[in-house]
Amino acid sequence: MKDTTTSNTPQALSKRRRMKAMAWSFLFIVLSAMILPTASYLVSGEQAHAQVTNDQNQRANFWRAVREGAPGYSAVSGPEAGVFINNGGQNWRQLRNGMIANYGGWAIIIGLGVIALFFLVRGRIKIDEEASGMSVPRWKTWERVMHWYTAILFVLLTISGLSMLFGRAVLIPLLGAKGFSAWANLSINVHNYVGPFFAIGVFAMLLFWVKNNIPTGTDMAWFAKGGGLFSKAHPSAGKLNGGEKVWFWIVIFVGLVAVCGSGLVLIGWMAQLGFVDSTRGTMQLAHQVHAIASIVWVVVFFGHAYIGTLGTEGALEGMTTGRVSVEWAKQHHDLWYEEVKDQAGIAEDTTSAPAPSTAAS
Amino acid sequence: MARMKFLCDAERCIECNGCVTACKNEHEVPWGVNRRRVITLGDGESGEKSISVACMHCTDAPCAAVCPVDCFYTTDDGVVLHDKDLCIGCGYCFYACPFGAPQYPQEEAFGVRGKMDKCTFCAGGPADDNSPAEKEKYGRNRLAEGKLPLCAEMCSTKALIAGDGDMVADIYRERILKRGGRPQTWGWETAYGS
Ligand code: HEM
Ligand code: SF4
Ligand code: SF4
Repeated sequence: MKDTTTSNTPQALSKRRRMKAMAWSFLFIVLSAMILPTASYLVSGEQAHAQVTNDQNQRANFWRAVREGAPGYSAVSGPEAGVFINNGGQNWRQLRNGMIANYGGWAIIIGLGVIALFFLVRGRIKIDEEASGMSVPRWKTWERVMHWYTAILFVLLTISGLSMLFGRAVLIPLLGAKGFSAWANLSINVHNYVGPFFAIGVFAMLLFWVKNNIPTGTDMAWFAKGGGLFSKAHPSAGKLNGGEKVWFWIVIFVGLVAVCGSGLVLIGWMAQLGFVDSTRGTMQLAHQVHAIASIVWVVVFFGHAYIGTLGTEGALEGMTTGRVSVEWAKQHHDLWYEEVKDQAGIAEDTTSAPAPSTAAS
Repeated sequence: MARMKFLCDAERCIECNGCVTACKNEHEVPWGVNRRRVITLGDGESGEKSISVACMHCTDAPCAAVCPVDCFYTTDDGVVLHDKDLCIGCGYCFYACPFGAPQYPQEEAFGVRGKMDKCTFCAGGPADDNSPAEKEKYGRNRLAEGKLPLCAEMCSTKALIAGDGDMVADIYRERILKRGGRPQTWGWETAYGS
């Protein structure tokens, strides 16, 4: 019997060589398959490390961008849907609930207090001369319509606006949550719908009354004498005195520009016209300007309303009937009286009747 | 009592918007309002990252602080809810909210917006639990049924986690331990002060 494994025939030798080659090749393939993929680590360790740090950088950059409020993409559409964090919100909250609500509230209380104190100390400023029954025309019908239109809307806006700002603290305890909610809902609707019509009134005042309100040297002298508010002196004045002109320009800059301008941003009209965007940042700023300027305006308005009614005898008639007594005109607006005295006439019943036909010649 | 929180793991979120869809469907949210949204930074570039954002139910909630009618309240579970019967649609909560959560169903010519709507943590509102009135105004009240928010439940990669803050933090910490890297509890500092 021959053992083929040990035979040395040529066929047996070649077969053994093939088997060996196959085994080595197999081992080589298996080892390569295991080692080659890891070769990248051995060969380019540097590069691989760089890739890891790059990955970390990317992550850090991402979180930094997010913190800084960088916008991203969102499939959801909506106002500023791509913004991660609205960073201005807390500042706005703190300013509105803190400074504006606190100082604003005090400004209104102190403003009213100062007026009450002034009334107690100085009393009503009376007309010195005996009434003669003679009067001069002061405000035309269209001027009075413009004034009262604007004034009534101003009061509506003040009540509704202040209700929104102070109602939570002042009115909820009085009306309860449901009652105040109903009031606030009425307020916001009145406020937002009346606002633009009010702005038209203020703008008309600018157009038609600016000519009365150009400051002159007379006004400086008037201020130097304190406007006669604290003394018995009657400093000279034209149709409008220095104080009234200051009120006019406060109405224009604080009122028309700051309050009405920001109000029109808040109801979205300025954005519609393309002047501003309607992001929360813009709205926060507009709201702050609006609230601060409107409180300034309201406080100064208290002064205006006091002087025009309780504070000065004979002033209100000018804006209600259109005529003022000759004595009032001489006392408060002497230079203007000189200009219009030839129009003076007897106005028995001070309705807005036209000035009596060509007066005393 | 639990203190409910959301956490979105940006390493896992794949911007599928499943959470957005789940929420809209579950609560039948009005047209144009999305209580949750996914934001992607570097969209389409390598290394893009996404986060799912909704009301975070803040500890010292800015929305509640500025609301003129004081209609917000925080539940025992730390969920910030509001009363639509009181809301006047002024928009102040939207100005104050860090996360852009409050939304409005309408945008009218004079800046009147309708009742504010936002994520309720699937906890409804002041109306009776799961009454038709609650469902219509605020959506389903899953918390009352012992369930957690649907957005997180539906999340395919479990990037969005909702539940008691301590448990949420534990789950996230475990992930960080396994995969390495720094923890990024997005929005937590802003919402919860930590
Ligand atoms: C053009 C005129 C005005 C417009 C368009 C306007 C508009 C607005 C708007 C849109 C708001 C935000 C709240 C809301 O949506 O109602 C607001 C708030 C307010 N407005 Fe006006 N407004 C105007 C004039 C006034 C005037 C004349 C006053 C008072 C002098 C005033 C006082 C206020 C106050 C106090 C707030 C509340 C602020 C707060 O709650 O924090 N506004 N206004
Ligand atoms: S995320 Fe916005 S809406 Fe939600 S509790 Fe915080 S401030 Fe309020
Ligand atoms: S929109 Fe509604 S919930 Fe938001 S602050 Fe205004 S009244 Fe409050």
